[in-house]
Parts: sequence; structure tokens; C-alpha cells
Amino acid sequence: MATGYFFSHRHILGIEQLSPEDISYILTTADSFKEISARPIKKVPTLRGHTIINLFFEPSTRTRLSFEVAAKRMSADTFNISASTSSTTKGETLIDTGRNISAMHPDIIIIRHSCSGAPHLLSRHVNASVINAGDGAHEHPSQCLLDLLTVKEHRGTLSGLKIAIIGDISHSRVAHSDILGFTKMGSKVYVYGPSTLIPRGIDQLGAVVCTSLEQAVGDADVVMTLRIQKERQNDPLLPSLREYSRQFGISREVLALARPDALVMHPGPVNRGVELSPDVADGPQSVILDQVTNGVAVRMALLYLVMGNT
Amino acid sequence: MNTTWRIKNGRIIDPVNHTDQIRDLLIIDGRIAAPDQAVPQDVPEIDASGCWVVPGLIDMHVHLREPGEEYKEDILSGARAAAAGGFTGVVCMPNTRPVNDCKAVTALILTQAAQAAVRVYPVGAISKGLEGHQLAEFGEMQAAGIVAVSDDGRPVRDSQLMRRALEYANDFGLTVISHSEEEALSSGVMNEGVMSTRLGLKGIPTAAESIMVYRDISLAEFTGTKVHIAHVSTAMSTELIRSAKARGVRVTAETAPHYFTLTDEAVAGYDTNTKMNPPLRSAADREAIKLALADGTLDVIATDHAPHSILEKETEFDAAANGIIGLETALPLTLALVRERVIDEKRLVELLTVNPAAILGLPAGTLNAGAAADVTLIDPNREFIYTEEQVVSKSRNTPFLGWRMQGRAVLTMVGGAIRHTLLA
Repeated sequence: MATGYFFSHRHILGIEQLSPEDISYILTTADSFKEISARPIKKVPTLRGHTIINLFFEPSTRTRLSFEVAAKRMSADTFNISASTSSTTKGETLIDTGRNISAMHPDIIIIRHSCSGAPHLLSRHVNASVINAGDGAHEHPSQCLLDLLTVKEHRGTLSGLKIAIIGDISHSRVAHSDILGFTKMGSKVYVYGPSTLIPRGIDQLGAVVCTSLEQAVGDADVVMTLRIQKERQNDPLLPSLREYSRQFGISREVLALARPDALVMHPGPVNRGVELSPDVADGPQSVILDQVTNGVAVRMALLYLVMGNT
Repeated sequence: MNTTWRIKNGRIIDPVNHTDQIRDLLIIDGRIAAPDQAVPQDVPEIDASGCWVVPGLIDMHVHLREPGEEYKEDILSGARAAAAGGFTGVVCMPNTRPVNDCKAVTALILTQAAQAAVRVYPVGAISKGLEGHQLAEFGEMQAAGIVAVSDDGRPVRDSQLMRRALEYANDFGLTVISHSEEEALSSGVMNEGVMSTRLGLKGIPTAAESIMVYRDISLAEFTGTKVHIAHVSTAMSTELIRSAKARGVRVTAETAPHYFTLTDEAVAGYDTNTKMNPPLRSAADREAIKLALADGTLDVIATDHAPHSILEKETEFDAAANGIIGLETALPLTLALVRERVIDEKRLVELLTVNPAAILGLPAGTLNAGAAADVTLIDPNREFIYTEEQVVSKSRNTPFLGWRMQGRAVLTMVGGAIRHTLLA
């Protein structure tokens, strides 16, 4: 770390706002916290007396649990609010909800929302630090950071790697954050999927848009697949999941095109047999559960750092 | 109220009469005086030195929200905002509550408008309730005072209904104003492109507009009727209109100041005051709009003044209402085009009054002797910063707050009566 560096972000809204130095610092901090989760008594007093609110407007199992586990291992008090986005149109608005929560003096609000930009809006109306746990099709910064940590652990570096991301790039905040994150750290991201799921201008964010699975996966260091949905809000994206898995799914044969030691990743939850064949999802190259383990460490680091502990 | 004036030493720009010269303009009893008219004693003077004296500006696309949403704007507050922006006449769209789809609503609007600072010309709905099924009664509404028909705010989805609307409106000499949008493509919230990808917001492709522009050009061409395309935002739309005009199709078109001033880059930061329909487009589209304003493809600059309160705007971008206010910023933003030499002064006057008046057949857009003295004085050099405190409209939803502007209306006169002045 360069001398004189300090982590200055009060909110974690996206990878876009983080510099490579910030990302490295978060990963180093997360790495140092991993040991806590391996102890028999998995608790440190670091955030004792801090109040953390999980404000989730979208269903989530693993992200919310991961943040909650992270907070509790740091001794923070956590509270979960599952809100319905429909309440924002009738009744309390997001801003009102935020102001009410803010009046109870929480230290950190972790928000997931189906509208892109909702965490940014909230951050302008509350005193607490805001951490984006996924906003619409925009960003999912903690997921990107845990992906980076997982790759770094297995590869020893984040520079000069070929990262293949296969699937629904259009609707994936994970893909978006990962494209930004891996590119910032010096790797090259190759994306591939049916054209109905490749957003315009994604190349201008640094991704290489491939025209074949072979081009995307060939000699890749990482093969990441994303959860696929056949249809969204009457938008006919795919004829069938069966055809998708045949054309775009990662089988053992396709994976053989990548480097022999390539990592298989997935942000979960996996549609077994669609994006990934079961033998690949559970195979020796899969680091899907390492991602989950690292998620706790990365989120501990984010909670720690936004509280000004550097 | 005095309606007799001598406007001294202004630069009179009156394209219909091929006038661009510095001289006095005499107004007697609310009308432009004829050269040979007897001049009364002691006519009060207005010093217009350094100013342009032009026919009162006409905004042919505003939403005044009355009846039904008076918490956003009403006819009187909208008219005050118009006067402050240099407009002497506004053409208000029918998507009120209730919809202006019958003579009773038209009459209600005009009753309120009788007290307004500027002239208010209502547009009637094409379809009853803007529902896109049945034609509204154009003839009865015209007798009550409408000047055009439109379902603005939403497209006429049914092509057969649009064809019939064009044919039937033509019988009454009414212009059909097309809100050109293919809804199946336009469920997004901003322009589709690298910015929508970057922001994770659902995009609206330019094709959503141009497909419908071409449909309505085709229908007008086939039926020999006239159609006016509202709020053009894309390069492709301008090309379609340009080639249709070259073939002799009776098509006219407008754009709004935000489409030649901003691009979708302005959406970064999720400011809901950059959300409108059609959305802010790419830089290439913006340049095409400017070219089309310069070469005559686009006939009109109209604001699409769309007031919304913080209830509709202080929210998630996806949930926010479309639209921005524009009456007070249209002229300064258009003057910027003159400084950039995209258009000249004469063209500005055509775009902001001569052409909208001609398209709708309004008795406006000229300084003809005997015409009602609807006159705007423009100081092209007067600088100001547009702040929230200055906003005259009831609503504040504009991306231009805090902008440093150059040039504005310093006096607005309707029928010889001063409705707005910044002169000493």
C-alpha cells in the first residue's frame, strides 16, 4: 500500500466510485478478517455498540445472511427490515423510510432495492453510512469484492487474467460490478450470451463482447456464469431454458477450453443444468462455496472501513 | 390598464413582414399601429435600446395541469410562468383530469384562461379519455375553442384510429399533433445506450420514436392530411421528417430545448429532473436536432412544459414521473443556439412564434398593423442564474436550476398590456 493512503469512503454505493487502491485495501482488510470466522468463538468486539439496519426491498437469502453474519461477528447490533417496493408507491416513500430509520441513529444502513440508484437516493437523506447490497441492474459491489478476493486467493494476482462472464449481462448487477472491478484491477473481462441479454455499450465499460462460447472461454482463468431467466416483464428474452443450456451452458466439454486450472464461479443461486452442468458446478474447479465464505470476510471489511477504522 | 405605447429604439424582428431594423413600434389601444395612423398625445414610452422587439412567443406544447392536478400547476400560474419566459400564448395539452375530450372541459379551461396573463389555446383529445378507442367530438370542441387535437402523453396505438383522426380532423382544418411512441419498445426510463447500461436503468431505444414518426408520416401521406410531430428527440426522426417534407408530405415538427441542450449523460447521478418522455438522447442525436432546427426540418421549438411536484420527483428514478418545466428557460436556451451560430435571430423568431402560429392558424406571430399587440422584448445579453427562488411556475422540476443563462425576455406584452417586465 502506498504510504499516505487512507480509506475515505463513507458509503459503498458501487465499484465505480472505488479506486484500485481502495479495492486492494478492502481485500487486504477482508483477508485479515477471514481468520475470525475460523475461530471456535467467532466474535470480535470491533463494532460493539454499532447499529446496523438491513433494509431489503427485494428478497435475498445469502446476501442478507452474509451481511448479518458479518455484522454479528463484529459484535454490531443488527436489525432486518423486509420492505415491499410497492409500499413506495402507496404509503411511505423510500426517503420517508430512510428519514425514519435515520431518526433512530443507526450507524450503517445496508440496502437492496429493485430500482437502480435507490442507495444513492437514500444516502442523500440519511446520516448513516449506506452500503449498496444490490440496486436494480446497476451494481452489487460487495459481490464483486468477494469475487475479487476469491480469484486473488486462488491465483495470487488480479492482473493479467482473462475473466469470462457468460449469461444475462443485461440484467445482472453482478456482471456490471465485476466488469468494472476486474478491469480496474488489471484483468480483461470477456462477456458472452445471447444478443437479447447483452446491453448496448457494455464494451465501453471495458468488456470484450464475444461472438462465440469458444472465444469467451478459451484460455480463460475464470469462467463465471450468471443466473438466467427466460422472461422478464413480458420481455421475451429466450425461447427456452433448454435451448439456452445447449447453446450457452457450461459443460465439462466447454470448460475444457479454458485453462486447466480455471476457476468456475457463480454468484448464486445456481440453476443446475441450465447455466452450469451439475458436474461442473460441483467439480474440482468450482469455487462457488469459497465465494460464499469470502462474502462474510468482505462484508466484515466493508462494515469496519465505512465506520472510519483504517 | 394602459395599452398604448411607443416602444423606442428596439431592433424589430418580424420575419413575416421581412422586417429586421432598429426603429420605434407604436401600439395604440392594444393594437399595432398602422404607419398612417394618427398618434395620440403623450404616448408612454418604453426604451427598448439594445433589445429585440419580436412578435409575442407562442409555446405550442404545455401541460397546465388544470383541471385536476392544480397542486402541480394551474392555468393562472402556468400563464404567469409563460409571461416570465416571454410567451404571450400557450397551447395546452388535453391530458388533464378530466381529459379535455368534450366541449364542457374546453369551456372550463377557457373560462379560467380569461383571467390568465397570456393567451391560452386548448388542444382537444383525439380519443375519448385518451383511451385510444373512440374519436372525441372534434367539431364540438372546435366550436368551444380548441386549436388542435392530440392524445399527447401517450401515443395513439391503433393505426386505424390514427388514420381516422387525421381524416376527420382535416375536415375541420384541425392539426393532429402526434405523440410518436411505440409503447412495446418504450417501457424503459431513459435513452438506451452506454449510459443506461452504466446506470443499470432500462433503456428506451430511438426506434421507439422513429417507428411511430414514420407511421404517422405514412398515414398523412396516404390520406393527404397534415400531421405535426411533437417533441422530436432522435436523429432518425429528423431524417424521416426531412425526406417526407421533400416529397411534399404535409408534416411539421417540433423539438424541445432540452433535446438540443442536454444528452443522456445528464442522467448520471439519477437526478429525476433529467427524466422525461421521450428521454434525453445521445450527443449524435442532439447534433442532428440542431441541424434540423437550422435547415427547416424542425419548424418549432416548444417546451413540453410538464410540471410535477416533489411527490412525483423526489423518488427512485424508476418511479419518478416524466417531464420538466420549460417555459422560463426556453428562450435563454434557444438564444444559446444563436450565439453558437446554429440559427440566426430571424430563425429564432420563426421557431418560437411565426411557425407555431402558422401551423395552428393562430392570429399571432406577426407585428402586422392592426394585429393585437402581443409583443416580446428580448435582451440577448442580459445574464442571470436560474435559481429556485426565481421559478414562477408552481413546480420546480427542472434540470436547469443553477445554470448561468445569457439573454431573456425583459418585457412581455399581451394585447398591449404589460404582463411581465424587468425594465426599470
